[in-house]
Amino acid sequence: MSEIITRRKLIAAGFTAAGAAGLSVAARLADRYGLIPPDHGHLFGTGETVTYAALRTLTSRHSHAREFNRSEISKIAPVKGAPPENETYHRLLAGGFADWRLKIDGLVARPSSFSLAELKRFPSENHIFHQACEEGWSFIAEWAGVPLSYVLNLAGVLPPARYVAFFGFDSHPDAGDLRKVKGKWNSIDMADAWHPQTLLAYGMNGHDLPTGHGAPLRLRVPRQLGGKSTKYLSHILVTDTVENIGKGYGAEGPERGFSWYAGI
Amino acid sequence: MADTAYLPDLEIQGSDRLEFPRHSLLVRVTHWITALSFLSLLVSGILILIAHPRLYWGETGGVGAPSLIDLPIPFKIGYSGWGRYLHFPSAWVSVATGVVYLLVGLFTRHFKSNLLPARRDLSWKSIWRSILVDLRLKRPTKEESQTYNVLQRLAYLVVVFVLFPLILLSGLAMSPAIASVFPALVKGFGGQQSARTIHFFVACLLVLFLFVHIVMVSLAGFTSRTWAMVTGRSTHE
Repeated sequence: MSEIITRRKLIAAGFTAAGAAGLSVAARLADRYGLIPPDHGHLFGTGETVTYAALRTLTSRHSHAREFNRSEISKIAPVKGAPPENETYHRLLAGGFADWRLKIDGLVARPSSFSLAELKRFPSENHIFHQACEEGWSFIAEWAGVPLSYVLNLAGVLPPARYVAFFGFDSHPDAGDLRKVKGKWNSIDMADAWHPQTLLAYGMNGHDLPTGHGAPLRLRVPRQLGGKSTKYLSHILVTDTVENIGKGYGAEGPERGFSWYAGI
Repeated sequence: MADTAYLPDLEIQGSDRLEFPRHSLLVRVTHWITALSFLSLLVSGILILIAHPRLYWGETGGVGAPSLIDLPIPFKIGYSGWGRYLHFPSAWVSVATGVVYLLVGLFTRHFKSNLLPARRDLSWKSIWRSILVDLRLKRPTKEESQTYNVLQRLAYLVVVFVLFPLILLSGLAMSPAIASVFPALVKGFGGQQSARTIHFFVACLLVLFLFVHIVMVSLAGFTSRTWAMVTGRSTHE
């Protein structure tokens, strides 16, 4: 009898050890292949991790967001949130963004900054995307802009890069400590950053980007919900970790209960 | 597998109380996990819905655009984030449980022996008789509570093979990442907003099923039926 118990105990211990080892190997592999989101340690981070890993495995560079015809463009494109209440922003807005510059730094060979006129001189693309909000509403609009990948290549992304973080005017981290970033900021992984449909958009439905939609420049990540497409851009940071930005969840959204990955 | 795992000497315990096997281990475990995850999906689904309690048809919709249905509740923003965070782990648990239930159920012939109605029961006359029996709202006899009648069988089959797949697929069709891999899925539902509307109505049907289910369980004896779903044994005095 005791022999059986010993054997049972041995087997149980073996399974536990194998399970623990298996989990740790799986976690390491998942991290290596970019399947662990920065907010995995959040209250509901387990579900977020499973969803992110599943959708990252399912999607590839070749899975493109749906594109639509001009006739399908929505007559009404609702706006969520107000423009930054920021002196600098309103001064730039009044000046037609002639003095505005987009800064790109971090893990890049050539930290740079571009004016709106310079961005518009880069190869431009037009895409008609469907955009849905977390809340449930959606619209179709045409966006004009430069692929993010083009700007990233100009700056020269260095190999350890894992995320590209975006800061709007109300979150400007220039003050110093990235941990103290306030307001709207977000980040995307390199799979979305290099994706051919990811745009830095300065035009919408044939006009300059309207103020409510993020003038002068916003991100468009069409394979995620609209909230991921940061408006009123002022600064792009290429980084190997988002742990040292804000609360370390990769965006301010998770602090208010929204998951970082919005491919959903 | 578990269907046949009962020892014959467990069937009769005592002289005035008759116990007989009712639910297999598979059915009991998956029933309670599904019940919990469904409640969690329902609560989080409501939290998501109240951020924008309007339904549309087609690809797009929003304030100012023509809507299909305006639910008579105020817009309440602030919970949809937490709602979503909770909705997905619950959905994963529910889907994983459903997959186990389907696979083991097929393997143990659970669907064939417990849920598929007999051919002779599939006449309108027989279905009508079951409706009349159910409408008497009386406690079922021992024979009746040993197996499912044709209405119960059809209701469970519709929930397992129609409503659950439909709510899963319409949910997936709302995801922009899924839409980039399976655009035909969104088109099949008639657009992203149509998928959202269908998702809502299937959820309503599932809630209706839950309501009728609890009423019927209460009529049959809430404690004894619930006990049967916990222990697997049905008692009849």
